[in-house]
Amino acid sequence: MTRVRVNGDGQAMVRKVEHPGVDTDVLLEWYRSMVFVRHFEEQAERSFRRGKVGGYLHLYIGQEAVAVGVLGAIRDDDIIFASYRDHAYVLLRGTDPGAVMAELYGKATGVCKGKGGSMHLFDVQRGFYGGYGVVGGHLPLAAGAAYTLRYDHGGDRVCVCFLGDGAMNTGAFHEALNLAGLWGHDGLCPLVLVVENNQYGMGTSVPRSSAVPALASRFDAYDIPNEVCDGMDPEVVYDVVRRGVDEVRRTGRPWAVETLTYRYAAHGAADLLQPYRAKTEVQEWRQRDPIAQTEQRLRHAGALDDAKVEAIAAEAERRVQEAVTFAEASPEPAPGELYTDVYGDERQRER
Amino acid sequence: MPELTYRDALKSTLVQEMDRDPRVLLMGEDIGVYGGTFLVTEGLLARYGPKRVIDTPISEAGFIGCGIGMAMLGLRPVIEVMTWNFSLVAADQIIQNAAKIRYFSGGQAGVPMVIRGPNGAGVQLSAQHSQALESLYGYFPGLFVAAPATPADARGLLRTAIRGSDPVIFLENASLYGLRGEVPDEEYTVPFGQAAVARHGRDVTLVTHGRTLHMTLAAAAQLAAGGVESDVIDLRTLRPLDMATVVESVRRTHRAVVIEDQGGLYGVAGEVMAGIYERAFDDLDAPVVRVSGEDVPMPYARTLEVLAQPNEAKIMEAVRRTVA
Ligand SMILES: Cc1ncc(C[n+]2csc(CCOP(=O)(O)OP(=O)(O)O)c2C)c(N)n1
Ligand SMILES: [Mg+2]
Repeated sequence: MTRVRVNGDGQAMVRKVEHPGVDTDVLLEWYRSMVFVRHFEEQAERSFRRGKVGGYLHLYIGQEAVAVGVLGAIRDDDIIFASYRDHAYVLLRGTDPGAVMAELYGKATGVCKGKGGSMHLFDVQRGFYGGYGVVGGHLPLAAGAAYTLRYDHGGDRVCVCFLGDGAMNTGAFHEALNLAGLWGHDGLCPLVLVVENNQYGMGTSVPRSSAVPALASRFDAYDIPNEVCDGMDPEVVYDVVRRGVDEVRRTGRPWAVETLTYRYAAHGAADLLQPYRAKTEVQEWRQRDPIAQTEQRLRHAGALDDAKVEAIAAEAERRVQEAVTFAEASPEPAPGELYTDVYGDERQRER
Repeated sequence: MPELTYRDALKSTLVQEMDRDPRVLLMGEDIGVYGGTFLVTEGLLARYGPKRVIDTPISEAGFIGCGIGMAMLGLRPVIEVMTWNFSLVAADQIIQNAAKIRYFSGGQAGVPMVIRGPNGAGVQLSAQHSQALESLYGYFPGLFVAAPATPADARGLLRTAIRGSDPVIFLENASLYGLRGEVPDEEYTVPFGQAAVARHGRDVTLVTHGRTLHMTLAAAAQLAAGGVESDVIDLRTLRPLDMATVVESVRRTHRAVVIEDQGGLYGVAGEVMAGIYERAFDDLDAPVVRVSGEDVPMPYARTLEVLAQPNEAKIMEAVRRTVA
């Protein structure tokens, strides 16, 4: 299994130990998912460049192993909160890619009727409680949601909260985690915190933004058990998170994992020059590309060959193009939609 | 009808709503063991236990944000802020999350949550503890803003707030907690967006809300002795704002004075005046006048604090100018 230690300088040292041994069928499914997410994101960027997608666009390219591993380790009735870099989670939860693309296009058929956009995807029916644009601002929501899961029915659902390395320096992070730690003492906060340490918050690296770059250690301050793991390998993420989630389900206490990952993509689609990192650094991380790694493993196991790799890519591209066609053909939101969804009871609006 | 203090009207309503609906829970600093800074929640921890009466650390952004998450998942948190001043450290949660989640989720999620506590000045708490924030929160679509001035409205508006489906900014006032008034026995609600006419008169319309209602009524009584009859309108909620009742009154009196605690710039009074000018300009016989707090941070010294706030004399003076 691949586990990661962090040395005194906060530099991650990845150590291969053994493979956890996920079924080949499962791994193949994850491979398909990662390929699909990447194709979706690449298309989203093309659509942005063509002026079809507006605003900010934060892509997930490079980080696919985290979403795939985490979502593979939880149940359909668990719930999820996330930041604005949120396309992968809804796609993996099974939301119709056409409705996701249509949301990016600002169309009436989008998951949020075109009112949220890329940063505010929602699919409450599938337990996805949003995409939030203020860094760290969603952490308290996730802690409160976790409390609710144990408030009346005492079930064993968990709430997963994805956050970036940068979010760990916000006040909301610390206030929410102290509350989560406290409530966890009473078994009332089944919160799974997944830090996606992609090494940067926009252009500011972790060592330049965090006095202690070994980020996971911060959870100790709030009595939240935590681990660090390789975030480029879906099997490792899955294995670590599955065990963490089991524990959270059993105890109602929060648990955190810092996944070490990387976005090859620009921070947002407008981040063109990237003066904060060397091209060679991106190349180095690409050596451990989650899709390529998984592909190799599957080829080795005899589950993939050139033809199958091509077929999977073609199928992903077909689904993405279908989503684009749907988004393009979809109508703009009706002008009357401007005033709906402000209040639950619309009669309560201005009299 | 029984007489209750404003505080007891709030507390008994919390009890009734918590008994009625197990999803209602309370959260805030020192609301449990300590009993609440203004004793509104005294005894409720013993009655409902720590799962429903949650004492929090001093983390306004944290626990108000948690309340939002709870509300999205179907609970109905009623959160106490020790005073509204401290809500400013949670402004991001209130404004960026609570007010907007329904909209940017395309109606998929809502935030049925109440945040309540004392707002404004009056007891020598100086600059950082005396802010009146109705125009700040009144600015944001997605929020409701209620400001009950009487025990009866405290109950009726709180009930509407708790039973509604959206976030409510519920503004109380330290000087009102001891106020006594008749509170109907039956299970009534006061709908949002419906002002109350607290006194009827034909000569001038006085529009106000919250604490300043009482000085406005006192001024109106004195003016009546001098032959000037005032229509006194208590807005009760600032979002929605019941301009229809105000305009209807102004059409009869042709004169208006608007009274508020907070400073006059960018405030509620300015908004009400704009509404009158937009909808009843031709009915006016005199310019609308406002009586606001002075445009300064709140001073500590009692003499200065009194100068900084509206009072009966200032209101009477403004009315005399208007009817002259
Ligand atoms: C409170 C706040 N400040 C600044 C920003 C602008 N901003 C958007 S993303 C971002 C970086 C966040 O980094 P991280 O949490 O590591 O997430 P990542 O983008 O790497 O996924 C910044 C500074 C913001 N959205 N919110
Ligand atoms: Mg980051």
